[in-house]
Amino acid sequence: MNPHLILRVVAKFLIPFIALFAFYVQFHGDFGPGGGFQAGVIFAAAIILYALIFGIDAAKRVIPPSWVRIGMTLGVLLYGGTGVATWFLGGEFLNYTMFAPESHHAAGQHWGIFTVELGVLCTVASAMLAIFYAFASRLPDLSDEDW
Amino acid sequence: MGLLSYFPEWVLTHGPALIVVLPLLLAVITALNPSEKLAWLTAWLTALFCGVVALGLLLQVISHGAIDYAMGGWQPPIGIAYHVDALNAPILLLVCVIAILVTLYALPSVVAEVEPKKRAPFYAAFMLAFTGLLGMVVTGDAFNVFVFLEVSSISTYVLVAMGASRDRRALTSAYNYLILGSIGATFFVIGLGFLYMQTGTLNMMDIARVLQEGGVDSRVTQLAFAFIVIGLGLKLAMFPLHMWLPGAYAYAPSFVTAFLAATATKAALYLLLRFVFTIFDPSWSFVTSALMYLVAGLGILGMIAASLQAIFQNDIRRVLAFSSVAQVGYMLLGIGMATTLGLTAGYLHMINHAVMKGALFLAVGAMWYRFGITQVRDMRGLFKTMPWTMSAFTIAGLSLIGVPGTAGFVSKLALVRAAAENGWWWAVGVIVVTSVLAIIYIGRMIEQAFFYDPPLKDGVPLAKNEAPFMMLIPMWILAIAGLWFGIDAEWTTSLARSAANVLSHGPILPTTMGGH
Amino acid sequence: MSTIFEHYNYAIIIILMMTGLYVVFASGNMIKKLVGLSVFQTSVFLLYISMGKITGGQPPILTKADMEAGAKAAASHASDISHGAAGVSEHALQSASETIYSNPLPHVLILTAIVVGVATLAIGLALVVRTREAYGTIEEAEIDQLDYQRNQEGEGA
Repeated sequence: MNPHLILRVVAKFLIPFIALFAFYVQFHGDFGPGGGFQAGVIFAAAIILYALIFGIDAAKRVIPPSWVRIGMTLGVLLYGGTGVATWFLGGEFLNYTMFAPESHHAAGQHWGIFTVELGVLCTVASAMLAIFYAFASRLPDLSDEDW
Repeated sequence: MGLLSYFPEWVLTHGPALIVVLPLLLAVITALNPSEKLAWLTAWLTALFCGVVALGLLLQVISHGAIDYAMGGWQPPIGIAYHVDALNAPILLLVCVIAILVTLYALPSVVAEVEPKKRAPFYAAFMLAFTGLLGMVVTGDAFNVFVFLEVSSISTYVLVAMGASRDRRALTSAYNYLILGSIGATFFVIGLGFLYMQTGTLNMMDIARVLQEGGVDSRVTQLAFAFIVIGLGLKLAMFPLHMWLPGAYAYAPSFVTAFLAATATKAALYLLLRFVFTIFDPSWSFVTSALMYLVAGLGILGMIAASLQAIFQNDIRRVLAFSSVAQVGYMLLGIGMATTLGLTAGYLHMINHAVMKGALFLAVGAMWYRFGITQVRDMRGLFKTMPWTMSAFTIAGLSLIGVPGTAGFVSKLALVRAAAENGWWWAVGVIVVTSVLAIIYIGRMIEQAFFYDPPLKDGVPLAKNEAPFMMLIPMWILAIAGLWFGIDAEWTTSLARSAANVLSHGPILPTTMGGH
Repeated sequence: MSTIFEHYNYAIIIILMMTGLYVVFASGNMIKKLVGLSVFQTSVFLLYISMGKITGGQPPILTKADMEAGAKAAASHASDISHGAAGVSEHALQSASETIYSNPLPHVLILTAIVVGVATLAIGLALVVRTREAYGTIEEAEIDQLDYQRNQEGEGA
């Protein structure tokens, strides 16, 4: 019998909820504590948990390392691109008001922060995974039986 | 001022942000880029573009005064402000020009020193380091300084470690640099924390204003000052906090060494100037005594000790690295005098040293590229085998010693004048003595190259094998600049003088703040 | 003695800071040094976070009630502080100033410092991994020994 059976069953229950919680933290960041940093780490934790239980190769099939690299770049570009967009709209760098200058409810700010946080989520989650992949993909000294 | 009219309006208004954002975004794109040639081209064009923006900003500052940029439209002191004035505009230009030149040099040198797969990410890391240096110089927000300091430091650790395919000691050097650099940055951030406790603001001008209005005698302010000076001291290799520097310079890839030697310590030194003179006030008693006994005192100690250490090194790059520590001592001596003349001399030496040390490290990299030379005794007969490289090395070396007609002479003379004006005759003595020590350690190398024949290989002397053009061009540009700034020092001196004027006016008080 | 208990947060910070620095300088193992560095950095996180705490302070989040009060206040008196980009929330901040909030800024700053710390740690560990591959050890004394031996051999050759 597989020695990790209980872990596997429990993890399969937990991982979807962890990922969902990450998105809750991300989108609730507009109204309360939360935001891209925390959400990104929580999301990466879901994948890392999966990798710990089912093995790094299985995790790499779910999210390939090439996606991770693209994700890191995409996040930074989303963040920086928001700033560049405000330049083209005639404001200072990252002046979100430019997205909706007429709005009295600071809608521009809202949209600006929303995109920026999305970029942060992308980069943080990818960077955490990249660090994990980089270390975990090295050949282990301990075989499965030794511990 | 005719040159200024060629710059489009948006370069000047958005320049302070542009100069940081562009290399940052292009660096992450480069990280995905598989082609090393394309990555190199991106890095070079970025450096070139930033150089143009920096030139525009400098001209703007000279003709119209300081530029303020409110990030995100949030006016300071609430928002993050970028501030360009006569103090940091020349440093911005210096960093960009050095980046343009060393990137040119990197094309052949990186091929020889870095594994093929790592070359494109290598350029990405280089651009991040470049972003960090520009960011920490251009920003007017104290915490933003920490962020950019760490951006540049972390990418520098990676760059230094890339030298591992040449010598595995690069790994331990990078590790030591990481440990000490992180401690330095953490000390700095502790200092910022205390400063924030005292003033409740992070905008540099606003901190200066609150400190001026009261809180001078507060122990929290003094503590903040101590932590910030020590933290920056680690970053700028103030003796005896320089232990990370020789290893990092000796084992990093050649072009990284040249870039770091010419820019990284200079940017940290700028931060020291900015914090000590424009945020704190040099007229406060604890700042005055720190400048006199700590900054100038350690500067003098560093000049003597590091010059002596340089004499006993066998590795060429370690000789030059210890010499860098000694040269930082000269700058600190000038700063420690806290007079306009002293500050001018220190600032001038900062610019001149960047030019000559850049040329020296580039020449040493070319020697390794052709003959695998790392030790002083291997330099035998280099005047015959690499005449152009060795000539550039000699010119820059003479400048480092301070021979009349070179840039080094101008700044050392300015320093001697400042010391004499201050009545610090012992400092004049030390400058003369350390210049003699410089003659020994530079002379030792030139002697090997000039008076000895090339070593024999299979019975015949080594044939002439000059460095490629892409290496010679940046090396010679810097060497000629070293001569030029020695013969016609008007431009550099005027830049240094206006920077010193900013500093000697004490804290920058927010006269134009609010942006109405 | 009582001052120490009143400012127990600083006592903890100082103890952590000194522990971290001691571990960095005293241990010869590269991993242990990184652990020390992390402890040292953590003490700074605590310093900033305890700085943001205000006795009786609420979480600095504007509720709907605050916003409505702010809209009324905006109508009655104009603001004279800096003209930020978000008009309504700024007035809301002013009118809500009767409530005591904890200062959120140090938390935001330290979030940045935490990320920097993670990046430094990752790079440091990566360097340790590579060092182990290159030298076969992560004890600094042994690495120095190996470098010294190689230098001696180099001199002889």
